[in-house]
Amino acid sequence: MNWNRKDLLGLRELSADEINFILQTADAFKQVGTREVKKVPALRGKTLINFFVEPSTRTRTSFELAAFRLSADVINISASTSSLTKGETLKDTARNLEALHADILVLRHSSAGAPQFLGQRLKSSVINAGDGAHEHPTQGLLDIYTIREKRGKIAGLNVVIVGDILFSRVARSNIFGLTKLGAKVTLVGPSTLVPREFEKLGVTVSHQIDSVLPEADVVNLLRIQHERQRKEYFPGIGEYTTLFGLTKERAKLLKPDCLVMHPGPINRGVEIDSEVADGLQSVILDQVTNGLAVRMAVLYLCGGIST
Amino acid sequence: MNENENTAGPVHTVPIMDGEAIRRALRRIAHEIIEQNADLKSVVLAGIPLRGVEIARRLAEFIAEVAKIDIETGTIDVAMHRDDIGTRAELPMVHASKLPLPLEARTIIIVDDVLFTGRTVRAALDAISSFGRPARIQLAALVDRGHRELPIRADYVGKNLPTANREQIQVHLQNVDNEPDAVWLLKE
Repeated sequence: MNWNRKDLLGLRELSADEINFILQTADAFKQVGTREVKKVPALRGKTLINFFVEPSTRTRTSFELAAFRLSADVINISASTSSLTKGETLKDTARNLEALHADILVLRHSSAGAPQFLGQRLKSSVINAGDGAHEHPTQGLLDIYTIREKRGKIAGLNVVIVGDILFSRVARSNIFGLTKLGAKVTLVGPSTLVPREFEKLGVTVSHQIDSVLPEADVVNLLRIQHERQRKEYFPGIGEYTTLFGLTKERAKLLKPDCLVMHPGPINRGVEIDSEVADGLQSVILDQVTNGLAVRMAVLYLCGGIST
Repeated sequence: MNENENTAGPVHTVPIMDGEAIRRALRRIAHEIIEQNADLKSVVLAGIPLRGVEIARRLAEFIAEVAKIDIETGTIDVAMHRDDIGTRAELPMVHASKLPLPLEARTIIIVDDVLFTGRTVRAALDAISSFGRPARIQLAALVDRGHRELPIRADYVGKNLPTANREQIQVHLQNVDNEPDAVWLLKE
């Protein structure tokens, strides 16, 4: 197959072939990081706008570095510096960006569907860098890439995702991508944050972490976004750690080759103990490195076709 | 690189080389590479995916047979160095480049199936320079069909074939295409 999409909005609408296409393209771009000159001219002359309406450091920096490695020019706009604070609509802001001949728009937004809204209206490529509780496709792709790199495959693996699934776009992108590639996904967390509804997506739901850890090939711990948690959903940090945290003791339940993942930033002592986060099974920093290769691949593919 | 994506429906095909002709052409190129390179150990045969990689592998076999030396092979993917990005509606797969490092004292021979405008070779030169600075770079092609758009020439050519710009060349190699080895000219 060949690549023909200008936008990356989510993993839900991609086929397994398309996901594999991105992962294989990322292999080629990962190798660029080992060259003497770590930069290729693929997007020379293209302008990329990082438009982050919600705060983010690591995702924005990763996209920025990926764009630099592809020789694109980059402008960063955050919510506080944009005219959104003056009441301009999202569409008007975006049309202004397009009038500046931006070729690629990387958008993080608090509203689900904002990237799709713009993707349908703009000639520029639109890359979803996280929209509300909907999707965060490049995070899902880099998680899948890291699993595939470490385990050599995705199909048949038991992947356990722990935490606040209900409000997590990272979880949704992982669920869509992993199930398409044939992994068995189990979601774990308090029943308020991991409702049975999710079973409709072809995954297993559990509220007992100790019973699923021994079978896991991968444990992906989501960050507890305690700044956003409301009391009625969340039991409290201490209780969460007791019931669902990957503590040093609980980690003994894991198979020796089970991978421990976390999208960052980690809350040490909340969802994961330091000894586990820094332990031999942790691939948390590999995820960061691979994120760069995956984002280079996505920018190259979506930004490289004629529209 | 398959240089046959620029025109519409061809009406008839002319056979140019069969399996035996391809074998003889590559064998002759192998001899020329041995003659031209006193220090064969420094040579790297770097194929451009997909068919250039297969041709480089075959050349290495012939050289091993004649000169009793196993020379190194590599892959040089040009997709991210092309000058037509943003002009195509679909993008093909990018492959990782693999070259033995460091390149400084090496002779790199770029290997491709068809030499046409020279733009793929320009991209390959650019890609190689991102890995280092080889002592020399040479170029081998199974078919040179003319119509260069850049000042580039091949050091080793299997067959010189004058063509019209709108004609197409099709190369089949068993291990890549699952078809018997053959070169065809597609005429309108």
